[in-house]
Amino acid sequence: MTDAFLSALFLQAGYNATLVSIGAALLGLATGSVGAFLTLRRRALASDAMAHATLPGIGLAFLAMAAHGGDGRNLAGLLLGAGLTAALGLFLLQRLTTRTRLPEDAAIGAVLSTFYGAGIVLLTVIQNLSLGRPAGLEGFLLGSTAGMLLSDAMLIAGGGAVILLILALLRRPLAMTAFDPDHARQMGVNTRATDTALLLLTLACVLLGLRVVGLILIVALLITPALTARLWSDRIGIVALLAGGIGAVAGHLGASLSLALPDLPTGPSIVLLVFAAFLASLLLAPGNGLFSRRRRTAPDPA
Amino acid sequence: MSPAPVPLPETALSLTGVTVAYGGAPVVEGLTARFPAGSMTAVIGPNGAGKSTLLKAALDLIPRQSGEVRAFGQPLPQMRARIAYVPQRAAVDWDFPARVIDVVRMGLYRQTGLLGRLTPGLKSRAADCLARLGMQDFADRQIGALSGGQQQRVFLARALAQGADLMILDEPFAGVDAATEAAIIGVLHALRAEGRTVIAVHHDLSTVPAYFDRVLLMNRSLVAEGPTATTFRRPLVAEAYGSQLLTAIPA
Repeated sequence: MTDAFLSALFLQAGYNATLVSIGAALLGLATGSVGAFLTLRRRALASDAMAHATLPGIGLAFLAMAAHGGDGRNLAGLLLGAGLTAALGLFLLQRLTTRTRLPEDAAIGAVLSTFYGAGIVLLTVIQNLSLGRPAGLEGFLLGSTAGMLLSDAMLIAGGGAVILLILALLRRPLAMTAFDPDHARQMGVNTRATDTALLLLTLACVLLGLRVVGLILIVALLITPALTARLWSDRIGIVALLAGGIGAVAGHLGASLSLALPDLPTGPSIVLLVFAAFLASLLLAPGNGLFSRRRRTAPDPA
Repeated sequence: MSPAPVPLPETALSLTGVTVAYGGAPVVEGLTARFPAGSMTAVIGPNGAGKSTLLKAALDLIPRQSGEVRAFGQPLPQMRARIAYVPQRAAVDWDFPARVIDVVRMGLYRQTGLLGRLTPGLKSRAADCLARLGMQDFADRQIGALSGGQQQRVFLARALAQGADLMILDEPFAGVDAATEAAIIGVLHALRAEGRTVIAVHHDLSTVPAYFDRVLLMNRSLVAEGPTATTFRRPLVAEAYGSQLLTAIPA
């Protein structure tokens, strides 16, 4: 097992495995970076609602594709279905928060649990349909690299690259909108469009992460690298880059572990690795760690 | 910032019949005023007089029920680049990963746009604006590590970096220490000397004659507007405040 892990780690385990690892690394890079802006904009939990809302879409897409005689497990098709219900969940979330008196956290909980419940029901129905072979859709809950196709890995890697490019293009409006939206508007930034772009980037991260990390834990890959990076830097650019780096390393390590231990769900491995980084940073980061002290607020001069 | 004053039309900001109502009682009623270019005007009135509301409505930050706003002779949206607004206390997350110099550089967004490089010229402009507020030693500090007065100075430096011709401030001296107040008034007077225009909601009546050359007295509607020497007199201020306690003001 150690041999398998090490060879996967150093990209020696064959073409497929290498691409899976690289795909997971790029996914972690994109998700960590997007997550930095998402947490600073205080929209982190909306991503959790989105992620849980993908499940019914996965089931519906599977049924639709299988019904037409195609391969129900075609990743692109499943992600399309996932994206549609996630967008629906997001839309409902916006309506609930703007049109009713429901507080945002309650609305998130309502959307998240309802969609997820519907998705589990669908999955159970699919399982009982005895379509000749297992659907393998449960892999989208906690992530799995088992049976991942080359095309899947390339889709994830390519998607991650596109996300990073768009993020780089929008980094200034994203930072300004997160810091001081009123001022950003004064400076000519379209804050509504910027917020929409952030949500779409997050949705893209959620969709790309479905295969490798799973919908239950993708939120951790969005949030934790950013929190960890924050402990090391006071500059948003560095925080975003560090968060991406942490995500990338965790993605690669987690995927390598998963290739060596195929029964281990990938999502939890990656998330535990990120959490380990967070814990270490909490203890050790200079200026922010528990073992160092820095006065955060200066008194007013006399 | 360019040392030479920019030639400007006569009126920096003109408000005509501005009314703001929050679904019911008007908060600002039919206010008409002209702020000449190169002047420094204090907007004065009791609590609830609608002073902050007036400025926000003038800048389209909140909706107006009626009235017209023109800046430098043009409709406001076209002139946004020439106006800087410093709110009372920026409602920002003080834990945000931004250094003081990063916040000031946000004021340069119109110069750089989405992807433009922060040239050495722009960087030194930001550093200069910070120095004008006496905050150059704090450039690399995280913004949460500053006192309230220092934070206010950083936000003013950010507004300075814009190079705006019209600076609008909401209670810039509220709750700041003496050093900050001196730094801010120094900068505002320097702006006026350059021919730029300053409008500020102001709460401390005792400093009005020393700081401002014009006043606008209001209490939901306009009470009086004009040069400090003639307009900032006891009867008019009493009318705005509805009381007669103002012994610091000559009758």
